[in-house]
Amino acid sequence: MMEEVKEVTPTLSVHAHNIKVTEVLKEGDTLTFLIVSQKLSGTGEYHVDRTYDDFEWLQQHLFSQEDVPGIQGVIFPPLPAKAQVNASAKVMKQLGFLGLEEWQPYCKALENFVQQIAAHSILCKNKALEIFLTSPDPPGRQRVRKNIFNRLSQAVVEMRKESHKDVDEFFQTERDHNLVLTGCTKTATERFLDVVLTEQKIAVACGHFSAALHLCVEQGEDPDKQAFSKACVKLSEVFNSMKKNMTSVAENNVNTLGVGLDLESRYQEAEKEMLFRRTCKLVELETARRNAEKAKPVKKAAMEEVKKVAETEFDHICGVAKQEIAQFHGVRVKMLQQALVQWCEKQLLTAKENADQFDQHLQAFRGMA
Amino acid sequence: MADTARDPPPAHTDFQELEDGEDLFLEPAVIQESGPASLPAEDISANSNGPKQDSLFDDDPEDLFAEATEEVSLDSPEREVLLSDGPSPAITPITPPTSVITPRIGLAHDDMFTHSSFDEIEEEEGGDSFDMHISVSDPEKVGDGMNAYMAYKVTTKTSMSLFKTDEFSVKRRFSDFLGLHSKLASKYLHIGYIVPPAPEKSIVGMTKVKVGKEDQSSNEFVEKRRSALERYLMRTVKHPILLKDPDVLQFLESSELPRAVSTQALSSAGLLRMVNKAADAVNKMTIKMNESDAWFEEKQQHFENLDVQLRKLHASVESLVCHRKELSVNTAQFAKSAAMLGNSEDHTALSRALSQLAEVEEKIDQLHQDQANADFYLFSELLGDYVRLITAVKGVFDHRMKTWQKWQDSQLLLQKKREAEAKLQFTNKPDKLQQAKDEIKELEGKVQQGERDFEQISKTIRKEVSRFEKERVKDFKTIIIKYLESLVQTQQQLIKYWDAFLPEAKAIS
Repeated sequence: MMEEVKEVTPTLSVHAHNIKVTEVLKEGDTLTFLIVSQKLSGTGEYHVDRTYDDFEWLQQHLFSQEDVPGIQGVIFPPLPAKAQVNASAKVMKQLGFLGLEEWQPYCKALENFVQQIAAHSILCKNKALEIFLTSPDPPGRQRVRKNIFNRLSQAVVEMRKESHKDVDEFFQTERDHNLVLTGCTKTATERFLDVVLTEQKIAVACGHFSAALHLCVEQGEDPDKQAFSKACVKLSEVFNSMKKNMTSVAENNVNTLGVGLDLESRYQEAEKEMLFRRTCKLVELETARRNAEKAKPVKKAAMEEVKKVAETEFDHICGVAKQEIAQFHGVRVKMLQQALVQWCEKQLLTAKENADQFDQHLQAFRGMA
Repeated sequence: MADTARDPPPAHTDFQELEDGEDLFLEPAVIQESGPASLPAEDISANSNGPKQDSLFDDDPEDLFAEATEEVSLDSPEREVLLSDGPSPAITPITPPTSVITPRIGLAHDDMFTHSSFDEIEEEEGGDSFDMHISVSDPEKVGDGMNAYMAYKVTTKTSMSLFKTDEFSVKRRFSDFLGLHSKLASKYLHIGYIVPPAPEKSIVGMTKVKVGKEDQSSNEFVEKRRSALERYLMRTVKHPILLKDPDVLQFLESSELPRAVSTQALSSAGLLRMVNKAADAVNKMTIKMNESDAWFEEKQQHFENLDVQLRKLHASVESLVCHRKELSVNTAQFAKSAAMLGNSEDHTALSRALSQLAEVEEKIDQLHQDQANADFYLFSELLGDYVRLITAVKGVFDHRMKTWQKWQDSQLLLQKKREAEAKLQFTNKPDKLQQAKDEIKELEGKVQQGERDFEQISKTIRKEVSRFEKERVKDFKTIIIKYLESLVQTQQQLIKYWDAFLPEAKAIS
């Protein structure tokens, strides 16, 4: 479905900032997400249910807006990998933080995806978004034709272009910087995930120890037996507290910094894709220029035409890209700040609660002795 | 026990060393529940299978030492009475000036009477409350190559009158500790005292140290051992009887100690130990004791259960320690990657915040390590100690069974001799008759001694078990409080770190 660019009126009939993915339902092997959005005019909401395929449908439509000038300069909001019920270890690893905590972070990621599209000056105009958010029926599972945006289809030989020297210092710097940041962020995200997974293991181990202590409770009126049993029961409570503590700490990690790093990581990749598209266009342009120069008089006019088109497209892309990059820089810093602040506040709260609880246990124990 | 006619077991010296974790005594003792002893010899009362069901404290009017009231000190004449002659095969023959010689097991009556005086010692010491602290510190490698060993400084701080000074220290090596345990075990285990087991040998661990590998794992090994040796000594001296043993005092005070070479696993004494252990395991399985004392039966079951539960707990804690260490490693890795991210970031405030994040995570890593150590040294080692202690407890119960067996065997033999004597009455062999009568008299004495031994060990075990149970509760409570304190402290530290980081995070914009 191709959309003509309308300069003035946005076609989206709902507010962008409070689109919510409120629920996730398991239906057999599929996950279904409930999306709620607020009507622009008056009160009223749209409630729709969508599966991952529908999200992909939306994304493909955004990719295929070939008539929008400079569309290749857009940093497309990244769609998370497909979530599955009873996912394999490989899939879980790929999902990272999004696969934890009963799909709650995943819902947030999908929510963010849709919100970012709705808030994007170019993308929000796509009719597919309106249909996605408001149509009672799922938008259809028809496969949209493949396009150059699908990175997987790009031949390996194209990867060489990634390191193609740029003509613009701004973009060269941005590419270099993005390369470093993408790597660092990915590593940091993976390592943080390892931390969280170990924390979960510790919580489980504390639970086991707590349960094992209950087995040590001995019957009988012997005062020593009773004293020992009492101590075991109290210690069991302590380890139960430790289990809850660890679980909270892990949860906090996932819901704040974890998803933050995950989003940052995926956005860095999205920027990388955009920069790559631009680089490819640059290569195309340079090729066109060479061809135009070398062309025999017969072909010259045609080659010049091709060159002109390439130049225009490239200029459009660079224009859009510059805007996108500037905006991206601002948004990501804000997002990371928010993630870090929330993370710190939550962990601080949890630590205070735990300190209180452990202190209570300690006093109780001292009273026992 | 009318099944097989058996000679009483020979009075051999057992070195029941339980310093290794391996335990051949795996099956619970087979105790047949039946009525009175199935050997109703004439002068044995029907319910003589257990101790008198009276109070744990000694009210025996026949106790020769009932009047003994003076405090036992290092040079007390009473102490000398407790030791008998004859060298102990456990030590290489350099006898130190103070008489530190172990009595041979199974000899004259004297042993049992003198040991019953322990009861008196124990009761008296209520006045001089236990005030003693031993620390094992400063591990130092002595020598080179495969002959190298670790020397530890053993410092005793005490106000007890048992010692000449308030504070003193000596240097000891691991085999010295094993030697001490070996001596104590050979003196006390067979009469029912729960002798704390020494820390375990570790060929792998020690080889690393000998070879000079200075890495984290060999440092951890040395620290683990140092801590284990300290706990071992504290447990030993907390025992009122063991505290006063001359071997213990010599260990703590004497600057020179004869080397206990027979503690080496591959020495001839070591092989003898292994053989004896195997023989004991076989013996134990074939002793069927008619337990008429419900207390012992109940206690044995109790310790079996406790053993199983503690092993489970121990495994559980080990798993926890393992994960904590993993968390520490992962946190450190994350800290590094956060630092790199901070360095690559060109937004100044964000970059600084990320670097701060890396620092916070490094500090948290240290907390994780401390917590892992607490998990390990407080709980894991405590549980391990108790699993080994229970092995020692089971050992004394087995000794009681053996004592009973010995008594029963004497009874059996006595009956046989009586029957033989009765037959001889009708023959005309006055010499043989006299010989038979003499033998019978001797055996009657043995039977009486056997009964006394059995009653004594039963009484001792009751006391020991009571003490053990009280100590167990105290130990666990102390450890739990220490652990909780460490938990509270960790959280307080965390709060400080997060408090410090929050303004940094907020400052990004």
